[in-house]
Amino acid sequence: MRYFKKLVRPYIAWSAVVIIIPLIMMLLYAFTNSGNSLLNIQFTFENFKRFAEPVYLNVFLKSLKLGLLTVAICLVLGYTLAYIIAQFKESTQNVLILLVTVPMWINMLLRTYAWISILSDNGLLNALLSKLGLEPVSMMYTDFAVMIGQVCDFLPFMIIPIHTSLSKMDKSFIEASYDLGANPVQTFFKVVFKLSIPGVLNGVIMVFLLSISTFVIPKLLGGGQYVLMGNLIESQFVSVGDWNFGSAISIILAVIILFAIRWMKKVDAADN
Amino acid sequence: MNTLIELNNITKTFDDQQVLKGINLKIYENEFLTLLGPSGCGKTTTLRIIAGFDEPDCGELLFGGIEISKLPPYKREVNTVFQKYALFPHLDVFENIAFGLNIKKTEKSVVKQKVERMLELVGLSGFEKRDVTSLSGGQQQRVAIARALINEPKVLLLDEPLGALDAKLRKEMQFELKKIQKEVGITFIYVTHDQEEALSMSDTVVVMNDGYIQQIGTPTDVYNEPENRFVASFIGESNIIEGVMIRDCLVSFDDFEFECVDKGFKDNEDVEVVLRPEDIDIVSPEGAKLTGTVESVVFKGVHYEIMVKSKYRSYMIHTTDFCEEGRRVGLSFGPEDIHVMWKMV
Repeated sequence: MRYFKKLVRPYIAWSAVVIIIPLIMMLLYAFTNSGNSLLNIQFTFENFKRFAEPVYLNVFLKSLKLGLLTVAICLVLGYTLAYIIAQFKESTQNVLILLVTVPMWINMLLRTYAWISILSDNGLLNALLSKLGLEPVSMMYTDFAVMIGQVCDFLPFMIIPIHTSLSKMDKSFIEASYDLGANPVQTFFKVVFKLSIPGVLNGVIMVFLLSISTFVIPKLLGGGQYVLMGNLIESQFVSVGDWNFGSAISIILAVIILFAIRWMKKVDAADN
Repeated sequence: MNTLIELNNITKTFDDQQVLKGINLKIYENEFLTLLGPSGCGKTTTLRIIAGFDEPDCGELLFGGIEISKLPPYKREVNTVFQKYALFPHLDVFENIAFGLNIKKTEKSVVKQKVERMLELVGLSGFEKRDVTSLSGGQQQRVAIARALINEPKVLLLDEPLGALDAKLRKEMQFELKKIQKEVGITFIYVTHDQEEALSMSDTVVVMNDGYIQQIGTPTDVYNEPENRFVASFIGESNIIEGVMIRDCLVSFDDFEFECVDKGFKDNEDVEVVLRPEDIDIVSPEGAKLTGTVESVVFKGVHYEIMVKSKYRSYMIHTTDFCEEGRRVGLSFGPEDIHVMWKMV
């Protein structure tokens, strides 16, 4: 075993190069002014203060709102699907879970483009509506479009951890609950759901993380005017060129996610 | 005694395998009944049908005279102690025991009082706030019993509840379970493959094998008067010998005729004879009908297990007297030590 422990060393070196050093550089950027030279570094909180301006705060709140909504929708859909899948016999479950993950094999960009051809003004859905003799509805570049894209892309990340905790659950807990007089509904809320909470939390964390930092989906389905945290960071680095402010926003986002995870883990621990 | 549960011709098949092939059983009020048999004999399935987790394919299940085989488990007046206890890991000891009462929306103060009384009954007072996963096997066992009994069921079902405990704890719990059963005065249906457990705790033992009930009787009945070869060999150790019933109270085997106390067989019917190892005495070979040579002697703690090779077979004998290997000995037993059984087809 001791010998094998040495195998971790390349990984440590690798993470140092691609994770730790960029993180330090990000911190450096976030706390300095633009136009610094290597010799003359001036530290400042200016970048963080700037984030408190209403324009940016609104972007943050919008991201948060959309993220939480995505999580909520994914949770309801994902739990339902995971629960249904877990009722089948094991071999069928494996096939169903495979089907859930199939979309993940396809590039996310492609999947998102597919939604454009479905939702756009002369897309699939509107063609269907006009066939039925209904007025076309403009769906692209709305919260609805972004939401649908996010939910569809992130749903597997909710289903899989919940399914795992449901399928490995000892069936005798359910029988014990019936035995003690609880009907199926009471058993679900008092036993099954409670025991699946670790899976739910993992799913919630994953989906929240993904949806609060995504920028491809809002860009494609929300249009150029649709700005979320991910887009804000992207534009600071790519088009505006203000790496300092971009770094500061990234750090704020990272800290928020970190605290969200810590808080949820704490809720989980308190519950058990 | 009043009949509480009645199973009439119950059958059950899982994936083309018939696990129960027609079970007929009456269970009375206040009795400690044990379903005893090797694994796969259908004893657990029988229990699960009574609990409501499995539905019989055919047959009737009467509870207090009412057919209940289609009734879901949460509507039955029975509670179960599961093999691995199935205590809810997200609830503490108090919440686990109070589960059934909380489902019934019992008043908080009543719940508290009843849980305390239950903890006292199973000897776990003061454990209310403990995490169930931190308890030892024996303590979890007690919590499981308390959780079931607090609902005041008419019947408590126990599915090999002592299987996971070590030998010493098993003995203690056997004693305690019997005590609890007498204290609460309800029917216990106990499933086990351990014959000693069955004999020492039960009022009635139901020996099962291969989806059939082999014998129903008191512990002394099934031990002393086994009805067939399976029961004789499964419960305790025995010498099983093929013989012929010459007439009432006279049986012949190994070239000799022996007086016995069994009746009701046809004259000259082929039968099987059970001789318990502890019922055979080693005597001097002169004048003994059966003689042989001591083949092996194994010290078993309380007694020696001696194998004596006679003309037709080896006899197993349990005795506290030592006897060296290679000696010629005679075997002796009285008429009441011979148990004659129907020959199994």
